[in-house]
Amino acid sequence: MTRGAAGPTLVLVLAVGVLVAAGVTLLLERSLTRILLGIILLGNGVNLLILLGGRAGAAPFVGSSPQGEMSDALPQAMVLTAVVITFGLTAFLLAVAYRSWYTSGDDEVQDDLEDRQIVRLAESNEVSTADHGGEGPDDDPEQVDPEPARRRLRRDGET
Amino acid sequence: MSGLVPLPVVVPLLGAALTLLLSGRPRLQRSISVLCLSSVLVVAAVLLVEAYRFGPVVVQVGGWPAPVGIVLVADQLAALMVLVSSAVTLCVLLYSIGQGRGETGETAPVSIYHPTYLVLTAGVTNAFLAGDLFNLFVGFEILLAASFVLITLGGTEVRLRTGSTYVVVSILSSLLFLSAVGLVYAATGTLNMAQLAGRLDALPSGVRLTLQLMLLLAFGIKAAVFPLSAWLPDSYPTAPAPVTAVFAGLLTKVGVYAIIRTETLLFPGGQVAGLLMVVAGLTMVVGILGAVAQSDLKRLLSFTLVSHIGYMIFGVALSSVAGLSGAIFYVVHHITIQTTLFLVAGLVEERAGSTDLRRIGGLARVAPMLGVLFFVPAMNLAGIPPFSGFLGKLGLLQAGVAAGGTLPAVLVGAGTLTSLLTLYAASRVWNIAFWRAPRLASTTVPARLPGLMVGATTALVALGVLFTLAAGPLFQVTSNAATDLRERTPYVRAVLPRDVP
Repeated sequence: MTRGAAGPTLVLVLAVGVLVAAGVTLLLERSLTRILLGIILLGNGVNLLILLGGRAGAAPFVGSSPQGEMSDALPQAMVLTAVVITFGLTAFLLAVAYRSWYTSGDDEVQDDLEDRQIVRLAESNEVSTADHGGEGPDDDPEQVDPEPARRRLRRDGET
Repeated sequence: MSGLVPLPVVVPLLGAALTLLLSGRPRLQRSISVLCLSSVLVVAAVLLVEAYRFGPVVVQVGGWPAPVGIVLVADQLAALMVLVSSAVTLCVLLYSIGQGRGETGETAPVSIYHPTYLVLTAGVTNAFLAGDLFNLFVGFEILLAASFVLITLGGTEVRLRTGSTYVVVSILSSLLFLSAVGLVYAATGTLNMAQLAGRLDALPSGVRLTLQLMLLLAFGIKAAVFPLSAWLPDSYPTAPAPVTAVFAGLLTKVGVYAIIRTETLLFPGGQVAGLLMVVAGLTMVVGILGAVAQSDLKRLLSFTLVSHIGYMIFGVALSSVAGLSGAIFYVVHHITIQTTLFLVAGLVEERAGSTDLRRIGGLARVAPMLGVLFFVPAMNLAGIPPFSGFLGKLGLLQAGVAAGGTLPAVLVGAGTLTSLLTLYAASRVWNIAFWRAPRLASTTVPARLPGLMVGATTALVALGVLFTLAAGPLFQVTSNAATDLRERTPYVRAVLPRDVP
């Protein structure tokens, strides 16, 4: 990392911007694999941003160079920690994506329960008025248990 | 005495390592987890007494002096939080042990449950005790990583769907927090909170406001404050009952704690008080309206959780001693009560086969004890006198009235309305699930609940009632803590004895 008189190099600043922008774009996708890639890019962007916060310069060993020319070691230490954390979380998310593909044949993140209920009500043109305070449980046969997710791919050899 | 401060973090971590090694011997594993959390409870109690009598207890990790090294600080607020959270985690652990004995299917990967649970506890206590912004981040990451494992426990399809939402949202908030940390360092050249208190004051107000809003955004997602709360009711209810209970009780409160800490120590002066009040009011009202519309007990409780976060944010926004004191009292009360209610929801599921209000009924006749266990914390949550929920809300509303002005007055109204609607939601559950003709969702449920599960829940209900009896001393502690927070000097002087700003 080189450094001009005024501040960090423009290249690094641009790199942060591009990484974060690409990461956010990918995060808006539905498939977990793309979200994962987005998180990796975003994480790297943030790590670079932290690195920009410290002063650049020579290796920070006592006696190796004048004190004013040394780089700031603290952001580098923080980035190391952050890299490890991002790595661990990425690995976990990868496992979740794989497991999700394994169980449902699909790694798409689906709408939540409420959304699906509202969509269903809208399709059948009903109003979601039912307050189940007064009537007995038999009056309302509708269940709110989550439905099984749809399966796109069926693997052979599994029933 | 300062040697005790790292123990609430270190003991659970060591316990996690031990339980991981002993994964083949469940009995030993259980005793180690219980022993770890009990000792944390004792240490936390000692720390609170110490902090109350002599001021914040500080330890410099590794012997490095304060601005350079990392400090762990147990002031009254942190010690109180550690105490309550360790009491709650211990009860939930006992509950989950009871559940593990009662049934076989749910807790199959039990060997991974205990280590992860202990790591979660270590993360929570680390976040409470951190005296350094980056250490706070690390604490958050520890507890988040553990919570990811717990929320997808078993790896079923439903848990993965809801779990992946939770994981992505949490990682996003962590990245926001991390970039805020990076920018704070770039602006001030330090991350030690005591030193930041002085240096942030010297920054131009625009930069200061930007940093404050970034941190608030990150903590707001974690604390599930209204526009950022949509992830919570979707992801919590599907996890196993003890996991949901401990998440609901603790994880959002860690976010609230971080908001209290940053708003008082780092950014005093109430620059964003108006924003916080609007957000608090919306959180209360929108959250409770969501709860009223739910027909599943666990989802309903998740919405009340979101709603009542609003009370705490309201107290922080007032930023008077009375407001902060009320907010801290409310955090303590709400950690206990919300956890209890989720544990009761777990008991209902165990006894009736479902928590869906349309499929169950008449539980008060079938299981009278369960009825009592639900009724007391539900009324406590709704704020019926003489329970602590009433005292906490009263303290906050009084502080709001004392502050004067239009916005606090509106918030007092919103708080009262939320309290009434909580009562409506709670009594609706009572009417549907506990009165009427007995009806169970499943015929294969056990007639008797495991004693340890009922015992742990009873202990938490009793703790909730105890807050009423001990409300005087507890308010004494919270108002002392609030005074210290407002003054800032006790904290700063304890960490940096030499240069007080």
